[in-house]
Amino acid sequence: MAHAYTPGLKVVPSIRLRRRRLLPIPGEVLVKEGDRVSARDIVAQTKLPGKVHLVNVANRLGIPPDETRRHMLKKEGEEVFANDVLAQNEPWFKFMQTTIPSPVTGSVESISDITGQVMLREPPRLLKLSAYIDGRVVEVMRGSGVVVESEGSFIQGIFGVGGEAHGPITVVVESPGQELLPELLTESVRGQVVVGGAHASWETLQKAKAVGASGIVVGGINDKDLRQLLGYDIGVAVTGQETIGFTLIVTEGFGSITMAEHTFDLLKRRQGHQASISGATQIRAGVLRPEIIVPGVLEGKASDATERGAIQVGDPVRVIREPHFGVIGKVSALPSELTKIATESKVRIMEVSLGTGERIVVPRANVELLER
Amino acid sequence: MSTPPDLNVILATDCGSTTTKAILIEKQGDVYRQTFRGEAPTTVEAPFEDVTCGVLNAITEVEELSGRKILEGSKILTPAKGDIGVDIYVSTSSAGGGLQMMVAGAVKTMTGESAQRCALGAGAIVMDVLASNDGRMDHEKIERIRQLRPDMILLSGGTDGGTVSHVVELAQYISAADPRPRLGQSYRLPLIYAGNKDARDKIKEILEAKTALYIADNLRPTLDRENLMPARHNIHDIFLEHVMAQAPGYPRLMQMTHAPIMPTPAAVGSMLEKFARAKNANALAVDIGGATTDVFSVFQGVFNRTVSANLGMSYSVSNVLAEAGTENIYRWLSFDIEEQDLRNRLKNKMIRPTTVPQTLQDLHIEHAVAREALRLAFIQHKALAVGLKGVHQERTISEAFEQSSTGESLIDMMSLNYILGSGGILAHSPRRVQSMMLMMDAYEPVGVTMMLVDSIFMAPHLGVLAGVHEKAALDVFYHDCLVPLGACIAPSGEGKEGKKAFDYILLLPDGSKKEGSVNCGDVQLLPLEGEAKVLLRPQKGLDFGAGPGNEFSAPVTGGVAGIIFDARGRPLRLSPDTAKRRADLERWARTVDMYPTELL
Repeated sequence: MAHAYTPGLKVVPSIRLRRRRLLPIPGEVLVKEGDRVSARDIVAQTKLPGKVHLVNVANRLGIPPDETRRHMLKKEGEEVFANDVLAQNEPWFKFMQTTIPSPVTGSVESISDITGQVMLREPPRLLKLSAYIDGRVVEVMRGSGVVVESEGSFIQGIFGVGGEAHGPITVVVESPGQELLPELLTESVRGQVVVGGAHASWETLQKAKAVGASGIVVGGINDKDLRQLLGYDIGVAVTGQETIGFTLIVTEGFGSITMAEHTFDLLKRRQGHQASISGATQIRAGVLRPEIIVPGVLEGKASDATERGAIQVGDPVRVIREPHFGVIGKVSALPSELTKIATESKVRIMEVSLGTGERIVVPRANVELLER
Repeated sequence: MSTPPDLNVILATDCGSTTTKAILIEKQGDVYRQTFRGEAPTTVEAPFEDVTCGVLNAITEVEELSGRKILEGSKILTPAKGDIGVDIYVSTSSAGGGLQMMVAGAVKTMTGESAQRCALGAGAIVMDVLASNDGRMDHEKIERIRQLRPDMILLSGGTDGGTVSHVVELAQYISAADPRPRLGQSYRLPLIYAGNKDARDKIKEILEAKTALYIADNLRPTLDRENLMPARHNIHDIFLEHVMAQAPGYPRLMQMTHAPIMPTPAAVGSMLEKFARAKNANALAVDIGGATTDVFSVFQGVFNRTVSANLGMSYSVSNVLAEAGTENIYRWLSFDIEEQDLRNRLKNKMIRPTTVPQTLQDLHIEHAVAREALRLAFIQHKALAVGLKGVHQERTISEAFEQSSTGESLIDMMSLNYILGSGGILAHSPRRVQSMMLMMDAYEPVGVTMMLVDSIFMAPHLGVLAGVHEKAALDVFYHDCLVPLGACIAPSGEGKEGKKAFDYILLLPDGSKKEGSVNCGDVQLLPLEGEAKVLLRPQKGLDFGAGPGNEFSAPVTGGVAGIIFDARGRPLRLSPDTAKRRADLERWARTVDMYPTELL
């Protein structure tokens, strides 16, 4: 296999990137190719089928299912309003009559002669799809969505929680190794994407929600705080649908881990600029990482998004497993032969030089390329 | 039975989610042997979006290693002539998430379970089981069907001639949800109806306009009969015609192969069935991957498969912790580690799934998680591998006193002959004895149980090949695929720690013998690579299969680890006292030479 190492997360000052914006079911595209759009503009919309409600008319009227249709006052396809009488029986005495009101406003979808169930459907709900990023529409997929292209800074996190959000970047710590303390989050960060340092505690995350921060970007969090935040344990890393009051992006991993310096520096350079962020993470096939996109080219020309080749001596890397978890260094040697490590497994390794001059040996599978 | 084709050179691939593996099998004398293998990243996802790129890359590696010219451009050369070409090419696939199904049955523990067994046996991942009595409100069921985007739905319910209302009701829910397929926006979702035949017309009326409807024989024509094969065949056909045809590059791959492409787990299951039949034995197989754990069993000729979709060693590692609970992970560790540290480490493995343990401490943690993942997946398997529920039984008075009920698990550990392990943690353990101990701790086998690992996960290739040439598949399975670890010899029951549990005499083929005894609470390892006979004399209350306290003898086959006598008790209970538990774990590990000594 050509690449034994984990491809790194992208941290790029200026890049041209595209995002596909697709409706879950066919609908209507509201923009055309070449249109300029801003992140909050609606680019497409569709009508989601309304909720279905079942009423067991036969049971409630005490009749055989095949007589249901005969007792219905509303026919299939007919509109109904909440509390309209759907069906009624015909007793000898009027005072013994049972009527069944509609529990919702909508329409009668079906009447079953086998089960005696009547299916009601609420009116459709309008789903509006935003552009997510400032940019230009470069492709329209008729009835299903668009592709928006943008130029700007692009930072991938390792793990996130919560969906798409927007807001200006605000760096509230002095250094990437500093803890994001609750007192650093004041009312002034409402609606902003707050960048912290190495770690955010449970108290900090609670404060972020209380002050209405749009997003929190930190190096690490503790698993127990995440569990408390969500109210359940995440078993498989498929996120993006959570409603925790803000979007959380972790750049390094679980624990207290200094944010990579170039990530921190880039976010600092983009302080005050509007960002589009998403916590959506999916680590199985079709990997999706959380992201921060800050439109606007910083310097020179934006490059196109490209995949890097194999790792080389001199490349900056981050170690992503114990005993050196979180350490950043440069590749100093890439021996090709298999090496026996402490577990007695024979693996391909690399030598990494740290800033202190120390050299450590790490399995190639346990490093991540710092992509810039 | 038809005569198998005359094959000399066979090429097989398995297209996994991340890696496509190719193997070359050649006839050497009368025996088929696996000779070369190659692998390449799977190319179903962007930027390639064509599975055949990865397949061709893996085959190219086989070409380079073997010196055999197999490809002419992207065409496979057949038949084999000298150093050119192969006689047949077969493939399995689990790329793109495999086959994902939703099943529905009228009663959850009856037709619901039959439908589940049917889909799992066909190699599917069952996303949800919908039933009239599944405890969900009607609208919740409809919402769930709408959210899921399965590759196909299997609808069952009712015995032939029985009530139709429940299954019609389920059909109405499906119709109201108007479900969409996972792949391909433009085609209709395939739905197989395999329920009460009297409801067929009504089902057609409700579902024909909204789904691609197929009618199969009832899964449960009567309460006491399960008829899974017709619907399973339908699933395989639809898998090829609809699902595979929508996946990137698969139409081309289907043209390249000389036998239908099988879902990987279906091929593994087929291989295990063939193995159990050939050995006339009961067998259990497990494949523990990064995301899922598949368990297969054949007991008295009855095949069952379950897949625990969220129990695995990387993507799902955190879910093992969530489902097992921290205390169950801790109980396998012989050292101190803060809970927060342990939880963070496992979460970091979840978000960076390709990392490997570099320290012995990390290896111990992975082994602890593996034991729990194996144990939990086995519990799920036992719950589904059961006799039919709801069947009227005539009982004798003694059976009535035994309080046995219908739907009992088919898994009988005492009659289990083989345990086969595969998946990274079992196949690539630095010491083979580690794999053996992990499976022993998780499954707690009793009696005499042979343990093996599939060292390079060739079972899928061989399973699909077995459909064409059973001998070739079994030859390679025995000679190149399975690595015998050894035998676990353990009595059922518990005794007082430190007291003698049993005496043993091992009779070796050269006429020599080894004798000894094992105390309760201990394990003992005897190196043995070949075959022997073991005579066991258990103490009162302990049973090897001939009844408590009765002498028992059986043939036994060793392996790279040897024979492990296990008198720790069944069920295996670890001491509630932390210091004692850790001391026990260290003693057992040292006795079988499980780890390097530095940590112990």
